[in-house]
Amino acid sequence: MSALPVAPPAASAETEPGPLALARTVASRIATTCLVELQKLRHDRTELVTRAVQPALWLLVFGQVFTRIRAIPTGSTPYLDFLAPGILAQSALFIAIFYGIQIIWERDAGVLAKLLVTPTPRIALVGAKAFAAGVRAVAQAVVVLVLALILGVHLATNPLKIIALVAALLLGSAFFCCLSITIAGLVLSRDRLMGIGQAITMPLFFASNALYPVQLMPGWLQVVNHINPLSYEVEALRGLLVGTSARLLLDFGVLLASAIVMIAIASALLPRLARG
Amino acid sequence: MTPALRCVGLRQKFGDTVAVDGLDLEVERGEVFGLLGPNGAGKTTTIRMITTLLPAPPGAIQVLGRDVARQRTAVRRLIGYVPQQLSADGTLTGRENVALFARLYDVPRVGRAAQVAAVLDAMDLTEAADRPSKTYSGGMVRRLELAQALVSAPQLLILDEPTVGLDPVARDSVWDKIASIRAATGMTVLVTTHAMQEADEHCERVALMHRGRIRAQGSPDDLKDALGPGATLDDVFRHHTGNALTGDNENGGMRDVRAARRTARRVG
Ligand SMILES: Nc1ncnc2c1ncn2[C@@H]1O[C@H](COP(=O)(O)OP(=O)(O)OP(=O)(O)O)[C@@H](O)[C@H]1O
Ligand SMILES: [Mg+2]
Repeated sequence: MSALPVAPPAASAETEPGPLALARTVASRIATTCLVELQKLRHDRTELVTRAVQPALWLLVFGQVFTRIRAIPTGSTPYLDFLAPGILAQSALFIAIFYGIQIIWERDAGVLAKLLVTPTPRIALVGAKAFAAGVRAVAQAVVVLVLALILGVHLATNPLKIIALVAALLLGSAFFCCLSITIAGLVLSRDRLMGIGQAITMPLFFASNALYPVQLMPGWLQVVNHINPLSYEVEALRGLLVGTSARLLLDFGVLLASAIVMIAIASALLPRLARG
Repeated sequence: MTPALRCVGLRQKFGDTVAVDGLDLEVERGEVFGLLGPNGAGKTTTIRMITTLLPAPPGAIQVLGRDVARQRTAVRRLIGYVPQQLSADGTLTGRENVALFARLYDVPRVGRAAQVAAVLDAMDLTEAADRPSKTYSGGMVRRLELAQALVSAPQLLILDEPTVGLDPVARDSVWDKIASIRAATGMTVLVTTHAMQEADEHCERVALMHRGRIRAQGSPDDLKDALGPGATLDDVFRHHTGNALTGDNENGGMRDVRAARRTARRVG
């Protein structure tokens, strides 16, 4: 048997970490989780493909048909161009919501307990999950965007816009991932979460500007649309990718604030998950 | 010297269920200590309190002199934990699984890869290290989890039913690994089990737990001797609780295997 590591001479930190140490740990854990997420993606590339099926269908069938019949007036923008960012946001939404379901699985399998026993603050764990969901969403976005390009969607190539696009995806995914973790922390069971996951993703999607312009919505739906972070994500993505009018400052402001609030709520509920 | 672990009047309720009911426990540094009890005795709940997963009041639990309620992060750095369920990430390779925990415990980047390789090797997983862990057998996953728990060089290793669900050969290999870890590092090991036979054979001291309380503790030999010649740990348990253990068939299984091995040795 080769040499096992023996305990370090002095246990490093005896007191609870201060804000600076906490920030450093959060950054380090996020980096670790991203690395692991990329490792997982490398091991299971087929997932990128299977998860691309649904967005592909939306673009191919829904997008093509509605472009042809011109049922949805989108001004000078072809409907397919209008739709592509919406589908991008949708695929990111589904991935993010899945993370909440995954955390229940991790709880049941003992994985979460093992993670919680490491010297990792709850907020770092949740932040890392949120970021991991974003990494997945960005990887998935590459596939969806390539598909959109093949279908003839005119996409921006400005690197600054691409960076902003990645940021919008990360923030949106962080919000929905933490929303899902929060619901997981409330319902505590996978079956119930699956049901609730489905019950919220579709309404979030349909009550957003992903498929149709806000102006076409009935009044009440416009109200829902205004409080739905997905709409701000779509607006930002659409503005960046196909150049439609977007209130980027507002969009990013809303995305950032809602992501931070949701990370905080999810972190507060994490001990409940561990206890349950 | 402060003990590796001290619990005083530990209590935990879930609704109306009292899972842990005034538990006192002291584990000395460097020993392999067995917390024994049938299903539902409160072993896992106790472990979850010690590992900071469930809240404990200040003063109730000390790990190497640190209060679990007040010095949570320090305590987390001192313990290695393997939960009852087999819980490696199947999509990652064995090496990636261990490297993840090395990072989560802030093992310095310089020498991290070597440390990961060393614990994998110590757990006989070098050959399988670069395969996804979903291809591992139950025994291999358990050893992988031991490697994960060891990579941070903890001072108190906590194993919740490490051999449950494993075949007899895999069980023996897990106990072998526990013994060699202890020999190599002098680490304190707290292990729960409901298999009296295994505890008898592999633990220096045991505590018998029933309905949230410790009913007896000491070395297996002392406990058995106190009851009279020929007594087994099962008998000791029955004596102190008036109750038979569940999971007897598993003990029987172990007994059969060991008997078979003894026979084989005699024949060979
Ligand atoms: N999260 C929980 N919610 C409600 N009751 C719980 C919870 N966890 C444990 N219990 C109850 O507390 C008691 C002790 O359970 P615990 O899991 O600690 O026992 P154990 O000794 O580990 O048993 P096992 O051998 O089955 O693992 C049981 O009656 C169990 O049903
Ligand atoms: Mg248990």
